[in-house]
Formats: sequence, structure tokens, C-alpha cells
Amino acid sequence: MTELLSAAAVMIALLLGIGGMLAVLARRWRPDEDSIVERINAVLPQTQCGQCDYPGCRPYAEAIAAGEADINQCPPGGQDGVRRLAELLGREPKPLDPAFGETAPPQVAVIDEDRCIGCRLCIQACPVDAILGAPKRMHTVIEAECTGCELCLPPCPVDCIDLVPRPQPFVWPVHAPDDPIRAEAALR
Amino acid sequence: MRLSLAGPPHFPPINTVGGVMRQVLYALVPGILAHAWFFGPGIFIQIGLATGMALALEAAMLKARGRPLRPFLGDCSAVVTAVLFALSVPPLAPWWIALTGMIFAIVIAKHLYGGLGYNLFNPAMVGFAAVIIAFPFDLSQWLAPRQLSAGLPGVLESLQAVFTGRLPASMQWDAITQATPLDALKTGVAENRLVTEIREAPIFGDFGGLGWEWIANFYALGGLWLLYRRVISWHVPVAVIATVVAVSTPMWLAGPDINPSPAQHLFSGALILGAFFIATDPVSGCATMRGRLVFGAGVAVLTLAIRRFGAYPDGVAFAILLMNMAAPAIDRLTRPRTYGHAR
Amino acid sequence: MTDIEVGEHLYRFPGGLRLRHHKQVACRAPLERLPMPDALWIPLRQHQGPPGEPIVEAGETVLTGQPLTRAADDRQVPVHASTSGRIRGLVEGPAYWPPGTTAPCIVLEPDGHDRWIDAEDPPGRDEEADSLIRRLRAGGLAGLGGAMFPTAAKLRGDWPEIHTLILNGSECEPYISCDEMLMRERPGAILEGGRILARALGAREVVIGIEDQMGAVRRAFDAAAKEHDPDGICRVVQVTTIYPEGGEKQLIQVLTGREVPHDGLPQDLGLVCLNVATAAAARDIVVEDRPVVERIVTISGPGIAEPCNRIVRLGTPVRALIESAGGTSGDVDRVVVGGPMSGLPLASVDAPVVKGTNCILVLREQDVRRIQPVMPCINCGECVRVCPASLLPQQLFHALRSDRLEDAADLDLFDCIECGCCAHVCPSHIPLVDYYRSGKGLLRARGAEEARAARARARHEAREQREAQRAAERRRRREQRERGLDSPDGARDEVRAAVERARRTARNDPEDDS
Repeated sequence: MTELLSAAAVMIALLLGIGGMLAVLARRWRPDEDSIVERINAVLPQTQCGQCDYPGCRPYAEAIAAGEADINQCPPGGQDGVRRLAELLGREPKPLDPAFGETAPPQVAVIDEDRCIGCRLCIQACPVDAILGAPKRMHTVIEAECTGCELCLPPCPVDCIDLVPRPQPFVWPVHAPDDPIRAEAALR
Repeated sequence: MRLSLAGPPHFPPINTVGGVMRQVLYALVPGILAHAWFFGPGIFIQIGLATGMALALEAAMLKARGRPLRPFLGDCSAVVTAVLFALSVPPLAPWWIALTGMIFAIVIAKHLYGGLGYNLFNPAMVGFAAVIIAFPFDLSQWLAPRQLSAGLPGVLESLQAVFTGRLPASMQWDAITQATPLDALKTGVAENRLVTEIREAPIFGDFGGLGWEWIANFYALGGLWLLYRRVISWHVPVAVIATVVAVSTPMWLAGPDINPSPAQHLFSGALILGAFFIATDPVSGCATMRGRLVFGAGVAVLTLAIRRFGAYPDGVAFAILLMNMAAPAIDRLTRPRTYGHAR
Repeated sequence: MTDIEVGEHLYRFPGGLRLRHHKQVACRAPLERLPMPDALWIPLRQHQGPPGEPIVEAGETVLTGQPLTRAADDRQVPVHASTSGRIRGLVEGPAYWPPGTTAPCIVLEPDGHDRWIDAEDPPGRDEEADSLIRRLRAGGLAGLGGAMFPTAAKLRGDWPEIHTLILNGSECEPYISCDEMLMRERPGAILEGGRILARALGAREVVIGIEDQMGAVRRAFDAAAKEHDPDGICRVVQVTTIYPEGGEKQLIQVLTGREVPHDGLPQDLGLVCLNVATAAAARDIVVEDRPVVERIVTISGPGIAEPCNRIVRLGTPVRALIESAGGTSGDVDRVVVGGPMSGLPLASVDAPVVKGTNCILVLREQDVRRIQPVMPCINCGECVRVCPASLLPQQLFHALRSDRLEDAADLDLFDCIECGCCAHVCPSHIPLVDYYRSGKGLLRARGAEEARAARARARHEAREQREAQRAAERRRRREQRERGLDSPDGARDEVRAAVERARRTARNDPEDDS
């Protein structure tokens, strides 16, 4: 009987000791708010499109860090973005919430130069200063900087902005036509 | 002309999974024949039983998991598992030993972990560990080798013993079974007898166990052929054997009364079989060359420790299972230095 | 860097494979010139880097060796008219990379006379380094071994003193024998070209690495040395034939025992490695003022009726090469540019020969048939044993198959040289090289996306800051005004100023909205 009791006592002491140590360490090494926001922001695609209902990627990152927003509200980041956020925050990945929009392939805005009246409204709307142009002069989009956020579409009075797919680099495909491993993946 | 755009290399690979497994089976043939010579035809019954059950279970599991049968049955990996298991159990072990072992090996150790290539543990050794823990008595009923036996059971007697558990009236279990050399050592040392004294018993041969030493030699022969064919690399067998010698020699020199000689260690039990055929199992072992040396050395040390201090006379199976657990970590720690990178 | 000896001792690189080389089949036939085809398709871009700007018009007649594009810097390489004739136009033609795509080509209709353009500069092998490099660039020199790296960019740069030029004559891939043929036929040109390139580099020594089985090549070099290398700065070293010893990094390791740093270049070791064919072409540019308009191509493989080597004008369709080698025999499965271990599959035999086309390999269905489907990895470690870069190919595969790209990068995916050794020995028949190429592409694409996101973020933050500043400025001015209203004098001034503003507005043209 004493053996049983002493064994139980040792176990309880161990549990308490390890638990206490973990608690202390967790408090000691708790990451500070700012660095969490920075790290979340680094994962977000920086489209600045506002589809998540926040006025940009950083505000959304702040909301995630504060626990106000969920991790599945960013359509441009896609499912891969949700997965990376989940990994970063140690949560379970979840499907993208369709209420915030669907993931589209990367795109860029193109201004139809014949129709543009040079009203500057799109320049004011662009979150990343990717549109150039003077008043009453034709405007143009810097393709390398455009995030395809579509924020320039609503203000345009003459509907002269189109979004076209952004050319993607070639990635070598994996040729495995009769691959039982792939078959396995398809079954899941 | 429609041209294929498949990537390089453009010639098919030179090996196949089935080819590798079949060569392992060929390499086991001399050892199996030696086994049959010393212990009678029971080994063939065990191999047949285990192989049949392994293939049936493999097929059932592939079907249940929705995998194609042909490539995975044709790769012979289940047969290798079955044969290695059959070589580890007594030749007259009852049929349900093979069944239990194969359920643990194929269903649990292999398919529940994801099938070929995904098993963490060596399936044959999981099966063997399961039966030796569950049925220690049946697993200790080893036959006496040909030279000491009152008469080796023939094919019919063996069949009867395996399937009914009874011997023909002309034979007695006591007369044809005998403790293995490792069993004798273990019990002898436990009774505070000297190793030299224990070794005077007739079951011990020139350097290992009578009969066992020759079977081990034939296993080694098959292993050398596998080395020559580059089916296995030299790292694991050399590490196992060298470590056994390196660890047991000083112990033997320091205390020859309680410690058996290195040759005794090497040539009894499953050490040679394990070194060439079981610890070299690629899936559950290490892939880096230095990792294989560590893996083999670990198997050797653990085997010696279990033989010396453990409850079981031989420890190869448990040693390999324990090292299987460590294999991913060893691989990670022994990663080679990439070209152009500083260490 | 004087502590590096090149070729004094031979070292081993880890892994590698001994392959059957199948080279002699194409070396038996004599080296002949391929007949001029009806049209030459000359891609603008025949090197790694941006293409030059076209400087000819459709309908224009050109002479052999006349430049068709202009290069603006060392990373660009001009292309030249491979023969005299009329320019049909600039059109999209089949490209090697990415497979199945097109790229802009200048189509040239030969007039059959093959009149050379007059040499502008007199031959000048003793010029200074800068003018030599300028001539080599103008002559369209890019690595003829297959990678087509702009040679000028290799010769000129910000790195330590170059002491040795290595000329790579060890074609390690099976079937390819164009360099062996060149070394047998023109050893003098290679020696002279090596001396010119060494002069351009300031290198003291030229080491020509060939395979140990190329005895005839060694004798050819020895015979040519007296005339073409009088002071003996060139040295021929025979290395053991183990694939891929002809890879630049492996050859350097074999000759020096040193490794090219993973984030560096051979130049960091004081070495430059060029192909022997590049050296011969450099000699033709400098001594004869003949730009790169042709090269030797091996046409071989089990699917070719009469394997051979041919001297081919750049822009000739691959189809013409196959026809000149007696056509195909059997059921053709694929046509590969390069060797069987790392060559690139062609989508169309209409693709033209470019500067890096060393071999056209035709494989039949039975040569590529696999007797087993792709199986799970059994961790056999064969790939680890043969990897010349000492990677863990099976762990790279596991990381890439489960989309753990970061893990693959940590396992040094980018140090993979795609030699194909791992896939060649894999008993599970996993297309490992496909996985590595795909993983590198995905990682590069992700890197580009991340750079884009970082820029977007910086621009967005700059904009936010600017707007915040503007808002702060407005607030400051309003506050100033409000403070001004507190004092009676200030208030009076404010009122007066407001009245004045209103008057001025009323006087002005009401249509002016500014």
C-alpha cells in the first residue's frame, strides 16, 4: 500500500513540477504583441484589397492577433495562406470563408488608354501607389507594383480599368502517370 | 509525331522494388537449406504458412485501403517479411503462431502505418515480438539439432505437429526439443554456473551453438552475395559485427566466467541473420551512410545488453525495434555535408 | 589563391554512376557538314539572359556572320546570320524551354551562296583583355556545352585574380560525342582558343580535362601542342569516367579537391570553367573573325538509324538532323536535346539547333518503357549513395511531395544539379528530378511573390505615412487657426482675410474650378 501511495505521490510531484516549469517558461517567453502582428503581416499577401473587411493587410493582422478576426478571411492568400497562418499561430487550418470572396488567380489592372479621362480618382484609390498620371492626362498602371486588389474599379467614372491575369512563371510538372502514391492522395 | 515530354533521366531506372526484395529472398536460400538440414523440414512448413498468410492479409488490406493489388503483391515485400518471421520461430511452432505474427506484421505494423515504405518498425520483428511476448512457451520449443536429436521429425510428423499440436505416438516432445544455446547460457548464468562449464554441454559447437553456427555461416554467405550485388550496403552488417566484437571482447577477457566469447555471441541466436537481413531493412532503418553505422552499432549494443541483462535469451528483435524508433532522429543528425557548404 | 593546384592530383567526388557510354556509335561515321535547309529559324535568345534587340528588317538580305541582334551588355549575346540570304521576318517559332512553347525567331531563307561578311577588325589574338572580351561578345559567344551562359559575363567581373582556365572536355553523359569529335578534329583550335581566353582572363594556365577513355584525343592534343601552344601553358589531364564528372562543380572538385561555395562561383577559387567547344569558337571569332554560326551536333540514340556527328548551321530544324542521320527506326517516344540523364525533351522536331544544342537523342518506346509503376519510397538509400552533391534525395522527395517547400530548401534543394543519378537508381521509379525541378520552380515563384508582397507593403506603408502626415499637417493648421481666433487681434485678421478670399473668388472667372 505504501508503495502505491509513494508512486502516486512521485507522479503527482512530477506533474506539478513540470507543469509549473512550463507555466513559468510560457510567461517568460511569451512573444510580444508587436512581433506577432509583424509575423502575421509577413504571411499576408499584401494585396491591401480590404476583402477581409479591414482597411488593409496590417489592420487584419492586428485583428487576428487580438483575436477579433479569424484566419480564413483572406481570399488572395488562398488556402495556402490559411495553412501558413494556422502553422504560425499553432491552430487548426480551416477552409477559406466564402463570405469574404473566392481565391482568384493573380491579376493586374490595365487602364484602357483610349477611354481614360484622367480624373485621378483611381490614383487616390490605389493602396500601393501603382497608378501614375497627371490630371486630365491619361493614367497608366505600373504592372510590377499592382496587387490586383480591384479597389480602383469602383471609383472609375468611365469604367476604363480591366483586370487581366498576371503571367505566371513556368514550373516544371511532375510526370507520374500511373503513380499509386498519387492515387493515394486522390483517395483522401 | 507526338513526343513525350516526361522529364529526365530518360532511361528507366535500373532497379525495381520487386527486384530488390527477390534478391533478398535468393540470398536467404543457403541459410534456409542449412536450417532444414540441422532442424528438419519444419522450416519449410513455417515459411509456407507465413507466406500464405502474409499474402492473404496483404491482399485483404490493399483491397480494404483501395490500393492496386498487382504492384504491391508483386513487390515481394510481404514474402520477405514472412520468411524472416518464419526463420525466427521454432520449426514446429503451431500454425496460429504464424497467423498471429503475420496479423501483427502485415496488418498492424505495415498497413496501419500506411503500407509499403511507411512502416516505422520492421514488420517481421513486430510480428516476432508480439508472439514471443504472447506465447513464450511455444516460442521456446526449439528442436534439438540433427546431431543430438533422437530423430528429426519428417514432413508428415512436422505437419501433424504444426496443425494439431500433437506428435505421432513414436515421438516425444521432450526427446526432440532442447533449449537453445542462448537459453542454456541465460539459465546457466542465472544459476551461477561458469560460462566455460555451461559451454561443455553438447548443444554448443566449435564457436557458437551446434548447428546454429553453420546456419549463421550460410546466412553470412547470402549476406555477402547481397553486398556484392549492392542490394545492401556494408555499413549495417559491419557496424553490427564490429560492435559486437568490440564490446564483448573486453568483457570476455575481463570475466570469461560470466561473459561468453565474441564468437559465441556472433554465432548463436539471430545475430548474423539480423546483421545482414533484418537490420538492413531499408524502410525502417537509416538512409545516410553514417546513420547506418550508428544504427548497426546501436543494434549490437542493445542486443548484447538484452542478452546479458534482459529477460529474453536473444535480443536482436527488440534491439532492432528500438533502433527503428531512433532511425529518423539518427538520419537527421547524420546528414552529410552538402557540396559547397561549410560544415 | 595560389594554394590551389589544378590537375596535379586527381580527387574523387562523392557518389556518381558508372554508365555505359554508347559514344562510339556516333564517332564511327566521318564528321560531315549538314546540307543547308530551306529555312533557318534563328531564335533571338540563345543564351541565359535577356535577348538582344533585332537590327534587321523583313525582306533584307544578309551575309553570313552578319549580326541580327545587338547586345547592350555582357549579359546579352547577339545572334548572327548563319548563312547569306533573305530575312523572311521575325516570327514565333518552337522553343526548347518551357517545353511546348514558342519564342521569337528570325527566319532566314538561304540563297545558297553562303557569302561571308567582310571582316571589320583585323585578326588580333594579342589584344588586351578588354578588347578581346568585346570581340568575343560581338561574336556571339555563349557556353557551347549546353548551358549557354554568356561567356563575356564569365570573363569579366568583380572577383579575385583568375589563375587557371579549365577547359571541360569530359562529356560524361552517354551518347554525346560532339566534343570528343571536335577535340579529335580541331585540337589546335582548342589550344589556341584556350590561350586567347586565358589572355582575356589573365590566367597563367589552361587545364583541359578529358576522360580517361579518350586516348585518341590525348594523342591529338599532344601532336597539336608544338605548333599551337609553343610555350606550353595548356595541359591535358585525364579524369576517371564517372557520371557526372563533366559537371562544372564536379570537374573542379576532381581537379582541385576544392568545392565551389554554394553561394559563390568558380571564380571565387580563381578558376573559370569553359567548354572546349567554346574555346574553339573563341579562336574562330578572334583569329578568323567568324562569329558563332555553326556547331557540331551528335545525332544518336537507339531510335536513330545511322548515328553520327554533323557540323550544323545554327537555326537548322532538328527534323533535318534526324533525316540526315538516316531517319528514325522504330516507334519514337521522345526526342531529347542533350543526354539521356539530364537532357530536355523536345515538343517538336521543328525546333531549331541553337548554340547549346550538343546532342539530339531519339528514344523509342521500348527504350523508355518502365516495368513497374511508381511505388512509394522504401528509403533504400541508393539515391543518397549516388548523389554527387551529398544531398538526401529521399528526404527532399518527402518534403516536396507533402508541399513542405521550406523544409526542402533547408535540405539544400538548390544545390541539386539535376544530374538524374538518384532517379536512375531508384527502385521505386519515383521521378525525383521532376520533383526537384518543380520544387525549385515553386520556391522561385514564391520568392518572387514574396518580393512583390514586400514591395506592396512598403509602398502601402509609405502611402499611409504620407496620408497621416498630410492629415497631421491639416490638423496642425486648423489648430493654429483656432488658437489665432482666441486673441482679438488674431480674430480680426482672420475675418479680414476670409472676406478678402471671398471677394477674390467672386471676382474670378466662375468657371475656373481650381
